[in-house]
Amino acid sequence: MPSLRFDPEEILETVKMVQMENLDIRTITMGISLRDCAHPSLAAAARKAYDKICRTARALVATGDALEREYGIPIINRRISVTPIALVAESCEADDYVLMAEQLDRAAAEVGVNFIGGFSALVHKGCTPGDTRLIDSIPRALATTERVCASVNVASTKAGINMDAVARMGEVIRECAGLTRDRGGLACAKLVVFCNAVEDNPFMAGAFHGIGEPDCVLNVGVSGPGAVLSAVQRAPGADFGELASIIKRTAFKITRMGELIGRRASERLGVPFGIVDLSLAPTPAKGDSVARILESMGLERVGAHGSTAALALLNDAVKKGGAMASSHVGGLSGAFIPVSEDIGMIEAAAAQALSFDKLEAMTCVCSVGLDMVAIPGDTPAATLAAIIADEAAIGMINRKTTAVRVIPVPGKGVGEWVEFGGLLGRAPVIPVNRHDCSVFVRRGGRIPAPLQALNN
Amino acid sequence: MAESSNRVIVTVVGHDRTGIIAETSRVLADAGVNIVDISQTLMGEFFVMIMMADLAGATLSLEQLKARLAAKGTELGMRIDVQHEDVFKFMHRV
Repeated sequence: MPSLRFDPEEILETVKMVQMENLDIRTITMGISLRDCAHPSLAAAARKAYDKICRTARALVATGDALEREYGIPIINRRISVTPIALVAESCEADDYVLMAEQLDRAAAEVGVNFIGGFSALVHKGCTPGDTRLIDSIPRALATTERVCASVNVASTKAGINMDAVARMGEVIRECAGLTRDRGGLACAKLVVFCNAVEDNPFMAGAFHGIGEPDCVLNVGVSGPGAVLSAVQRAPGADFGELASIIKRTAFKITRMGELIGRRASERLGVPFGIVDLSLAPTPAKGDSVARILESMGLERVGAHGSTAALALLNDAVKKGGAMASSHVGGLSGAFIPVSEDIGMIEAAAAQALSFDKLEAMTCVCSVGLDMVAIPGDTPAATLAAIIADEAAIGMINRKTTAVRVIPVPGKGVGEWVEFGGLLGRAPVIPVNRHDCSVFVRRGGRIPAPLQALNN
Repeated sequence: MAESSNRVIVTVVGHDRTGIIAETSRVLADAGVNIVDISQTLMGEFFVMIMMADLAGATLSLEQLKARLAAKGTELGMRIDVQHEDVFKFMHRV
């Protein structure tokens, strides 16, 4: 008789992770190249994009549903990323690309995904006319569609920071907020400004299908802050070395689930498996908070001194544990610290334990950047641009991805709340520095790339 | 990687009482599911039974089987979960 081959402890650990600790696959994201959809007519290009997405992703949602049932692991989101639209639409004779966004939105609805990313431009060295048209189209594109996400890469370690684009993105964020004033500035929650954007990120709102990617690929984003939290809580007396080991072991197990689902999904869809992004992605649900992990290490509230060190340990241990669990690790991989999507972060912001400046410091060691932070609605475009510049500088110098997704909530001031609902959550408006930086932002040009020991 | 198998792991957790194995086995037998192995243990105050079962000849889908076992669990005052063997293989074996 074959044996069970697993210890009861192992079996119960897995059951507990899934049933009680919210272990889930956060997203299976299909990357689709739209490079073959270019056409002089925007309507024709948008039609081709619509057709290709519907054709390629038609089985994505059903496959995700079937895997979820068979393996008993929740798969929260099915999503699509596409080639940066600035590239696809560049040769269209059109003044703006809103029509393309509308067709992407329709395609996403048609195949049943909740977000489609890639209304994007990569402008870290400068803008082509297509890039400029895309950036100008972002506010209307995001205000008139439901599922489309936009991103703009304004800096990289190798190219430096395109400060003209940074200044423009400050204005774009304000326009986005203004056009969705009745929804708390919701369009801003669908716009990410990057430094060192990655080409295979499966997480929204910053996902796009990079130009080095194949025609179609499947990327998986795992999650599981709850499982890590519970492992950390079980070891109250552990020193930091032990703590890192505990997190590594848990991250390994979580990532294995991503690898399993990713492989199976790619087999069934007949699409190459790209990467597992081993991120701890919080949700507003109880027990699904990254902040709580940091607090369980011994901080009264996230935002207290020590938070950056705690996050550094967590982020690194997650990467180390996950790296061996998957044949291809990619994306952003680490711990996300969105404010409105994490109950611990929301509470800390409301209790004024977590300041904007501390968040910025924490982004030096987290997987991405300033994420889902609600700030006063009257924050000037120049201040928004300077926030982006600071964040891009952190990414550029530290050779990591950083990003800004902030919401200047129209008509609201410090201490008031904004409610986005669902996974986007809710957050109190927190103060930003009010001193003027417009002269700095207006200088224009590029901040040169840092020296990197002349390595090529 | 090896082909995906038809085996699942059934876990039953709760306070011990008579008839747990009989009742759970009956649901599986009625569904044409073959029990490959079974083990039980006490973990703290909880009774834990773990079964490996083969769905090759099953007359129910995994989803239907899960629903039946969950309902049986409620009836017995136990928690019954079913998960594909691959989940454990991936998580605990490199």
